[in-house]
Amino acid sequence: MRVNERSTSGVHRRLVFTLGGFGALALAAVLFAPLVGGTSISLAQVFDRSQPYGSNIDAQIFFVARLPRVLAAALVGSSLALAGVVFQALLRNPLASPDTLGVSAGASLGAMLAITFNADFTLFGLSSVPLASFAGSLAALAIVYGLSVVRRSGTSTLVLLLGGVTLTALLSAVMGFVQFVADFTQTFRNVRWMMGSLDVASYGPIAGALVPTLLSWAGFALLPRVLDLMSVGSESAASRGVDVVRTERIALVSASLATGAAVSLAGPVPFIGIVVPHLVRIVVGADHRLVLPASALFGAALLIACDLVARTALAPLELPVGIVTALLGGPVFLWLLFKRA
Amino acid sequence: MSTPFLEVRDLAFAYGRGAARRGVLSDVFLDVERGSVVGLLGPNGSGKTTLLRIVAGVLEPAAGTVRLDGRPLATLSRRQLATRVAVVPQETRATFDFSVLEMVLMGRYPHLGPFELEGADDMEIARRALDDTGTLPLEQRSFATLSGGEKQRVVIAAALAQASDLLLLDEPTAALDLRYQFEIMSVLQRLNATRGTTIIVSTHDMNLAAALCQRLVLLKQGQVLAAGRTEDVLTPENLRALYDVDADVRFHDRAGHLTVVPIAARP
Repeated sequence: MRVNERSTSGVHRRLVFTLGGFGALALAAVLFAPLVGGTSISLAQVFDRSQPYGSNIDAQIFFVARLPRVLAAALVGSSLALAGVVFQALLRNPLASPDTLGVSAGASLGAMLAITFNADFTLFGLSSVPLASFAGSLAALAIVYGLSVVRRSGTSTLVLLLGGVTLTALLSAVMGFVQFVADFTQTFRNVRWMMGSLDVASYGPIAGALVPTLLSWAGFALLPRVLDLMSVGSESAASRGVDVVRTERIALVSASLATGAAVSLAGPVPFIGIVVPHLVRIVVGADHRLVLPASALFGAALLIACDLVARTALAPLELPVGIVTALLGGPVFLWLLFKRA
Repeated sequence: MSTPFLEVRDLAFAYGRGAARRGVLSDVFLDVERGSVVGLLGPNGSGKTTLLRIVAGVLEPAAGTVRLDGRPLATLSRRQLATRVAVVPQETRATFDFSVLEMVLMGRYPHLGPFELEGADDMEIARRALDDTGTLPLEQRSFATLSGGEKQRVVIAAALAQASDLLLLDEPTAALDLRYQFEIMSVLQRLNATRGTTIIVSTHDMNLAAALCQRLVLLKQGQVLAAGRTEDVLTPENLRALYDVDADVRFHDRAGHLTVVPIAARP
């Protein structure tokens, strides 16, 4: 072991272990979470090839009733976690995340406007809700980022986080207003959705969010090593051959896309974007070539687990999953603040 | 006549545009021979950092040329330049908990393909850089827990792993106490002597400059006030013109170099 570390950086080996470990965790979550629910089903039965699908009740419950929701959780969890990693590295601020920067709130407002006013169009293969959500997150990010650039404070925690908190409050007020003028049944749906809810009952909404998600992942795939260098300083990254402007563009647009896709599917599920990257770093260290894929996999697994709790804790009542992630993530976030202070 | 390793000709730079345009450098000429140590002295805002940023390729000059080994910087790609020239900033703060070895391996970035992982040769280069800056025993330590002097030596090691041709240091000892200042100076002297690394260092520390640099360039309000061999340039007259300070400049026998003692600020 020691000898091996002497000759190579060990990053190959760590990458294999990280992908293997977190990959197995995410896969286990995807396979086992759908087994739990009002009717117990067995995995052996689900994948029993001797029975035709038409008469295999377990398989139908698995694939039709429960898997869409689990896959939605996986998509949302990984997107929010990835966006969190990218914001933290790029802004050199461990407390940055879609929630704290107000990007989730921007995405929520965009999505809510599209839902409330029944906007129905597609652009470049993106349907209206994810698109509006993306526009909202990009606009919110531009405001907070612009604020910190204009103030010449670089990426100061104070400006970014106070800006994010203020923006979130402001956007919440706008959302309150939209609800106030919307009709009553619409309001109930909106309120539930704003808590962060994975009430996804078919593959349709997932397919809608898939395009922006895949686009954002293509952007993220270019970033891992560059994020290491950017997290040490943009000036030093530039002197090491990084195209800083291009990197910032790719990173911020991809993170906004991912946040937009996640929020359009499940509402602003809180704390995943900040808690997952930190928990992952405790296990794999700071290298973004490990942190980025591990956060995607762990984000998926964690949100699937939270959603499992949300739909079983008070069964047959289903809690919005955002309540579970907030109850879990809030204390972790406070602990992070305490540790930094 | 051979061309110098680094050649700066008629350089000008300004921040901002239109009415907000603020000239920082003008008519700057500079020659740096391979294997030499050159000091940049000048008051705050005199353009030292801007000049270093231009040589590092982070900023583009408004006018004039910079040539490295006879080739204009503008014809080198970002990565190509990064494999030749490395920068050590005044202070480095890692946002995340990188190990010392990880910090140094980041210097290999311009040498690797976009998705290439560091191999055995990169490890060897990184370890040699750590060894040359006396930080090899720290390689598994967390960078964030090091002292200021240790951090700065690790950052110098990362710069060496990146490019050993030309090292640019921007006030590398400004945040350090006396002992660490001396350590950094010794490391730089040793690198210059054993590796032949060419070094340009900006500093406010006259005595460090006198001890370390064979040549000095004095910058005032974006222009070169004087340039040449340290013993010719470091004079009371020049210091008065540069800082408006009366200073004693004497040769120190035990130290073996000139020393500067400020006596009075001129009104």
